[in-house]
Amino acid sequence: MPRDGTGPAPVIPNPIQIKYYGNSSAPACYAPDMDSETRFLPRTDADQLLERLRVSGFPRILGPVARDGSLVFSPIHQWSQLPAGIRDMQTPGTYRLHRHADPLCFAWANGPQALKPLTFAGRELLWRAERHHETAAPVFEHAEDTPEPTAVLGIRACDLAALALQEKHFTHGRFPDPFFGRRRRSLFLIAVHCSHPASTCFCASTGDGPTVTRGHDLVLAELDEGYLISAGSRGGRRLLKDMALPPATAAQVQWAERASARATAAQMRHLPGRHLKQPIHDRLEARHWSRVGERCLSCGNCTAVCPTCFCHMELDEPALSGHRTEHLRQWSSCFNAEHSYMGHFLVRSDTRLRYRQWLTHKLAGWHEQYGRSGCVGCGRCITWCPVGIDITAEVAALLAEEIHAQPS
Amino acid sequence: MRSHPDLPLAARVVGRVQETRDIFSLRLALLDATERAGYRSVPGQYNMLYLFGVGEVPISIVSDPDDGGPLEHTIRAVGRVTHGLERLRVGDTLGLRGPYGRGWPLDAARGSDVIVVTGGLGCAPVISMVRHMLRHRETFGFITLLQGVKHAEDLIWRRQYQTWAALPDVQVLLASDQGGMQWPHAMGNVTTLLDQARIPADGIAMLCGPERMMKAVIPLLTDRGMDPFRIWLSIERNMQCGIGHCGHCQVGPHFICQDGPVFRYPDIADWIDREGF
Amino acid sequence: MKPRISVHKFSSCDGCQLAFINAGEALLELATLVDIVHFAEAGPVDPDAPVDIAFVEGSISTQDEALRIRRLRETTRYLISLGACATAGGLQALRNFNARGVEDWSHAVYARPEFIESLDTATAIARHVKVDLELWGCPVSTRQVFAAIRRLLYGALPFVDNEKVCQECKRRGITCTLVTRGIPCLGPVTRTGCGALCPAFGRDCYGCFGPGENPNAAAMARRFQGLGLLPEEINRRFHFINSHAPDFLEEGLAWREDRP
Repeated sequence: MPRDGTGPAPVIPNPIQIKYYGNSSAPACYAPDMDSETRFLPRTDADQLLERLRVSGFPRILGPVARDGSLVFSPIHQWSQLPAGIRDMQTPGTYRLHRHADPLCFAWANGPQALKPLTFAGRELLWRAERHHETAAPVFEHAEDTPEPTAVLGIRACDLAALALQEKHFTHGRFPDPFFGRRRRSLFLIAVHCSHPASTCFCASTGDGPTVTRGHDLVLAELDEGYLISAGSRGGRRLLKDMALPPATAAQVQWAERASARATAAQMRHLPGRHLKQPIHDRLEARHWSRVGERCLSCGNCTAVCPTCFCHMELDEPALSGHRTEHLRQWSSCFNAEHSYMGHFLVRSDTRLRYRQWLTHKLAGWHEQYGRSGCVGCGRCITWCPVGIDITAEVAALLAEEIHAQPS
Repeated sequence: MRSHPDLPLAARVVGRVQETRDIFSLRLALLDATERAGYRSVPGQYNMLYLFGVGEVPISIVSDPDDGGPLEHTIRAVGRVTHGLERLRVGDTLGLRGPYGRGWPLDAARGSDVIVVTGGLGCAPVISMVRHMLRHRETFGFITLLQGVKHAEDLIWRRQYQTWAALPDVQVLLASDQGGMQWPHAMGNVTTLLDQARIPADGIAMLCGPERMMKAVIPLLTDRGMDPFRIWLSIERNMQCGIGHCGHCQVGPHFICQDGPVFRYPDIADWIDREGF
Repeated sequence: MKPRISVHKFSSCDGCQLAFINAGEALLELATLVDIVHFAEAGPVDPDAPVDIAFVEGSISTQDEALRIRRLRETTRYLISLGACATAGGLQALRNFNARGVEDWSHAVYARPEFIESLDTATAIARHVKVDLELWGCPVSTRQVFAAIRRLLYGALPFVDNEKVCQECKRRGITCTLVTRGIPCLGPVTRTGCGALCPAFGRDCYGCFGPGENPNAAAMARRFQGLGLLPEEINRRFHFINSHAPDFLEEGLAWREDRP
């Protein structure tokens, strides 16, 4: 990272070691990738970015909007629709928005969803079947959707890490999912470095944030006077070049780096490591699972807001006539009976076993299946759990238990 | 590969046998001649069968892939879809996609003695393998077949077992927890048969049925010198998509639908017959 | 021969029968697929006719109804209870909490209570005869009812949707009322099927579809207590439309200050 030699010495590790290609063993404290290509977009000119996206082929732009008491991604047309001055206060089972008298549009951590519903729809049609009478051969027709090119503004490092995991699940196997693939390819991702983590955030401990290092097309850092903006993809570089913005000053870059360091330091929660497979597998018979089972509602909110959870169920919706039917998939959950239904019995009939299923898959099984933990530290499962069950606290309590012998 | 691996193909019921009160077999032919000609499976794989407007269910293929005829599936009516499939008659149509998953280790089994141990009604996944071995009899060594059932009347393919028992270099041993007047075979669990069974210490074992049964059989095989890495199991879970996406059949590091249903024992040892997994 | 269906009313408001009547053209289509042999609210009357599928709305709250449901069961192949009254006793089952029975409330409500012939309790159909399928809801929706009929016409068993309301909220992108506003939403213990209707309009679920599968009503109640609800208010959350669904009944009783 070139520096002009003026100004105070950097207070955080040299970002050259970690930028972009960092792996899961990268240091918890990232520095932003603010190299010579980092440009400055004045706040007063911010609409220029939206205009540039539109002329570059993204008529639909989604951004965070304060609605119904949370931040949700909705179509936006101008910068003024963004949540200026909004802060989120998150604790286990609670989410509140507050308004401050400042212009910052991204001074919050996250809302209940980000990219997941855009690539993996809550409910979608897979195929249709038709037959003219009861013994006639059915004709099957695959659903073909053409997603509109969409730019998404305001996503976080944790969201990008989760997207990478879902891409691995849905598109890197033997049977790439065409629906996920098409939607993913239609997205242009404009991330924003997280400067205000919530009390529920722990991305620093999973190595996935708060600073954006990969998976984005553009990334912004928000300052009072405007935005530092740099590219993470060829498309992003082209767009940035077309905007012809002035370079960011060293002072601005340094300010942003400090904001990132503060965001890392501000995180109050953490997981006790990035590779918890063994300690968790050692405790499959721990007493703690029952204690969580007593509190857990088995409602599946954690799995629905989790940006990496991919479980879904398939179902048919036949027309009354009986001649046409639609085959859909919709988000489902390992907390549902349906998930372990075997025709004549349930593999997991009680909450203790369902919570254990979720946690052991997320934090243990994923390592073998996807090469890393399934948790990106976004904290959504903590905030949006109606009874405030805290994955970091449950893991800590679980690991505090002595290792039990496996049942013979 | 087709661009949409989850789209069923139309198939017709060309044969149907009521095996017991709630078990039936359907012989299915894909309607499209090209698809029919191009269909290839390995013993131990399964198809997703789709009942129009109702849903899909994973069902083992019991016919030998080299038989070239219709695809045979033996089904027990236990759930929503299988109860509906039970009502299908010859001439009716349904959807079929597959084959999916990893089947039995044909390469490892060639040239070896093979012992097959099945329990309960879960024997369907090995029937295709047995038929395949008997079709290519010279390729395989001695074949030991052990089958245990709860009630004598649960034993389907009785005549087939009798035919197999009469073949050279094949041992068939049957046991039932509850016998009956017409039950000439052993009483008790399938494990009681192992004493009389010819167990090939350097052969291959193929197990399928209740996990508790398989877990009980494995030490009896290893005690008689079998290598755990040459013991293979077929596992059953809720499989909805069949292509490793929906998550229902995840067990430990595996999706049963794709990584299985057939596993080498050490790869699944930690997870079988474990409450909740 | 077309399958024969009937729709019967017991103690109820008739609202669940509207799932048929409000179906519009689909009702005409249904009439081409099945013979509707008894459906008093829509026209045909033949209550004792043998049928393949009988839909039963309402709870059993009179002696006459208790006899009538047994007769109906004998002439029905597949019996479906329709809505909260038929599946859990409904709103009128709240009277079951009155220890002094029909005598007490009938005098309080009616000028001439001697004309009231009622059992002390209003109870679910399944307390009297075998029920093959329960369709929960107050009221049930056309979608639920017609989906069940369609599956039965295919010769298959209907799919029983028993997950929690929360899942539908999240699929639809509805923001959680409990987490963002601290209002006592019953969604996390309530059966889905309504399409998350109330939360979609920013209000809390009040459990009209009854308990979902594996509901943790005790943990839900403790959370309500944490939100500041008094025991009596918690009791009323559970003892409302589906007060006699076992999970709600038990939890509501636990928060009754005068519990026995």
